[in-house]
Amino acid sequence: MTAQEYAFAVIAAVGSISAIAVVTARNVVHAALYLVVALLSVGATFLLLGAEFAGWVQILIYVGAIVILFLFGLMLTKAPIGRDTLDNTHRWVGLLVAAGVFAGLAFLIQDAFPLDAEPFEVFHGSTSVVGESMFRDFVLPFEAISFLLLAALIGAIVLARKDEGN
Amino acid sequence: MIRLPFVLLFSAFLFSAGVYGVLARRNAVMVLMAIELMLNAVNVNLVAFSSSLHDVGGQIFALFVIAVAAAEVGIGLAIVILLFRNRASINVDEVNLLKW
Amino acid sequence: MVAAVVTAIAAAEAETTGVATGAIQYAWVIALLPFIAAPLILFFGKRTPGQGAVFGIAALGAGFVMALAVLFHFVTGGGTYAPEGIEWFEIGPLHLEVGQYVDGLTAVMLVVVTAVSLAVHVYSLGYMHGDVRFTWFYVVLSLFTGAMLTVVIADNLLLLLVGWEIMGVCSYLLIGHWYEEHENSSAAIKAFITTRIGDVPFLFGIFALIFATGFTTTNIAEIGESIAGPEASSALVTAAALLLFGGAIGKSAQFPLHVWLPDAMAGPTPVSALIHAATMVAAGVYLVGRMFEVFVHADPFVLTIVSVIAAITTLGAAFLALVQDDIKRVLAYSTLSQLAYMVAGLSLGPEGVTAGFFHLFTHAFFKALLFLGAGSLIHAVHSNNMSDMGGLKDEMPVTFWTFLIGSAALAGVFPLAGFWSKDELLVGAWEHNQWLFFVLLAVAVMTAFYMTRCVLLTFFGRYVGEGHPHESPPVMTGPLVGLAGASVVVGFLGAPQLGAVFGDWVYFEHPHDADFVFWVAVVGTLAAAAGILGGYRLYRERRERDPLMAFPRAWNVLQHRYYIDDAYMRGIVYPIRDRASAGVNWTNQHVLDGAVNGAAWVTRGLATFISWIDRTFVDGVVNAVGGLTGATGGLLKYLQTGNVQWYAVLLFAGVVVLTIVFVQIA
Repeated sequence: MTAQEYAFAVIAAVGSISAIAVVTARNVVHAALYLVVALLSVGATFLLLGAEFAGWVQILIYVGAIVILFLFGLMLTKAPIGRDTLDNTHRWVGLLVAAGVFAGLAFLIQDAFPLDAEPFEVFHGSTSVVGESMFRDFVLPFEAISFLLLAALIGAIVLARKDEGN
Repeated sequence: MIRLPFVLLFSAFLFSAGVYGVLARRNAVMVLMAIELMLNAVNVNLVAFSSSLHDVGGQIFALFVIAVAAAEVGIGLAIVILLFRNRASINVDEVNLLKW
Repeated sequence: MVAAVVTAIAAAEAETTGVATGAIQYAWVIALLPFIAAPLILFFGKRTPGQGAVFGIAALGAGFVMALAVLFHFVTGGGTYAPEGIEWFEIGPLHLEVGQYVDGLTAVMLVVVTAVSLAVHVYSLGYMHGDVRFTWFYVVLSLFTGAMLTVVIADNLLLLLVGWEIMGVCSYLLIGHWYEEHENSSAAIKAFITTRIGDVPFLFGIFALIFATGFTTTNIAEIGESIAGPEASSALVTAAALLLFGGAIGKSAQFPLHVWLPDAMAGPTPVSALIHAATMVAAGVYLVGRMFEVFVHADPFVLTIVSVIAAITTLGAAFLALVQDDIKRVLAYSTLSQLAYMVAGLSLGPEGVTAGFFHLFTHAFFKALLFLGAGSLIHAVHSNNMSDMGGLKDEMPVTFWTFLIGSAALAGVFPLAGFWSKDELLVGAWEHNQWLFFVLLAVAVMTAFYMTRCVLLTFFGRYVGEGHPHESPPVMTGPLVGLAGASVVVGFLGAPQLGAVFGDWVYFEHPHDADFVFWVAVVGTLAAAAGILGGYRLYRERRERDPLMAFPRAWNVLQHRYYIDDAYMRGIVYPIRDRASAGVNWTNQHVLDGAVNGAAWVTRGLATFISWIDRTFVDGVVNAVGGLTGATGGLLKYLQTGNVQWYAVLLFAGVVVLTIVFVQIA
């Protein structure tokens, strides 16, 4: 176990617990706050893996923007509290399936990447490296994404605005 | 220095938690949150492979996924608000017009 | 003398500036501009201030300037410009190229078409103001002009045919512009079908010419060379010439396909001016001139036929123009007559080409002027009939003076445009075909007569219509003044005393020197004077009865247009519509129905038997399958709960199961 692995263990534990809390919390606002923690731990994982730019973007966009959007969504819709109103009746089947998914994934991961594999040297993807690659090799997808965002922007406005006259 | 399967297992756990959330939550906003967890799990995978393979492409795709996720949340919440306005409820199991 | 000076100056300028050589390479742009303008008007017209008219006017204005630059190339003594075209497609040995062929004739036609079309575009701003389909009108107007320019500039017959047909469609749309009235839409259909009848021989003429070249080219210049060659079959060339002339008869409304043109007056008046002055009807004459090599190498009797048809048309139409009350119909029959004049010029052979096209050139200006003037009158009094007009001289001074200039030019009054071109035709006819000379002279008298009648009935005397007519707005009178100026000036281009520069631009094989025969000019002027005097004596005072009604039998025949239209209706249209349909009906009832009934009886017997098998066996199986499917579906439908989360559960469960399956297989 290296120092980075210890750090990762802590981050992963926090992230996993808060992820469970997100999907089990009885209060929707609490769930959103747990989501912040889970997303922060993912961001920390990125930083740990040397993905500097992706890590900060994760924190800025997700924690800063998307969670705020969720909170607005909760605010604009009546957010009931309590397990029976938040979860549906077949949640035990859901739990079973989710467990099955995790078991399957875990089996496949340890099958492909044995747990006693050599640790790898972290690749330091600095912002300049990311930027160069983004605007040299991925310009077209980048433009496509910007167009998608524009479309989503317009779409969201069209969907959410009140219809005049109705 | 880190071992790849640890990161992948963390990602798998986040994904499964997200699956549970999507399957078990009635509240549409909560379903969207669970979907975010699943997307983040994918991102963790992308960044982990990018780091271990020393290829920046994975990170860039993670960034694209973040952008798409932002768009998805925007549209998703707009739909949720529209749903709430029309039916005064955002429980997904009450929206079952498409059935026998 | 003047022309020589102009030529010298222009040549000097061309060497220094190179304007003309530059412009001629881009002559094709002139034809392209209206085609660009049309979609612009269509898509953006309603949002632009002028409702789209501005695009058409800009395109035509630019085209007119460019056409002048192209003509300038010939003024400075430049030669024909016929570059290699761009390959369109090839069928075996036949290479089809799209390109431009610009000679003096093309340049002159470009100027005429763009000038008249520009005038019509501007004029329509006023005339069509407030029309329900104003924008659409301009779209079709632009397309129409573009098609005509394509015909003019095309270097091969197929491209020419494309422009020719677009023009046919656009004329249909324009004549039927006010299609709400049945009369207008049937006039449009009549024009379309009648010109189509001419298009069929034209198409076969093209085939014949392609065949005559050994199936290698459709290029007009190459066809000309190949026909002049020794191996060309003279019978084939003669056939091609006759067929091409058939196309010209249709488009230029010559006897016996002239019937569409008077009815085409149902369209808006600016359209009449465009179609019947400079474009569509001129296309037929242009075709004959462009393909003149074919006519020259055909058997001589072809040109005799051409001259006979021209004579019949010019005389017949002139008589008809005498008795019309509708002012546009007077002009329409006059157009027929004058077109036949041009065709008569062409029928004189190579020496007549310059004269014929010079008349086309001058006629385009003053006939457009007359039509637009008539439009101005109609705009003011809301009637086409001269019996509703009269005394408009003082209310509408601009229209009056310009109309007077146009009428005088048409009548051939010295020194207006019509005098010079008519004189040249008369000289040519005297030298080459003397019986035609007397026909043309007689028509000249009648032309002067009916134009005098027209002017006197509309502008002099007492106003008998309703309301108070007012002069038209400046957008309408402006084009009138411009065209009136042209009608005065353009004649001098062909004046023998001034060097007859027109003959240096438009000629067949070698430049044409206009002869001036003094006594012919005197006779022509006397003819015009006689016509005017006669008209003045008869129509000086307005009368209830037209003085020409003194000849009731002739009057009746003319009012019924020699019964030609009736003959077509009785001989062709009704038989096809009534008798043929009655025949079809009889055949239907007795022959077809009998066969059908017999077949039905047999079929019924068989059907009864098959039906029994069907119901018992086939239906049993089908019903069983159907019932089973229904029952299964009835059970399976309960899976479709409408709850998306159940679907998601099943989906993920399926993924897990599949994962297990795949891992097991691996």
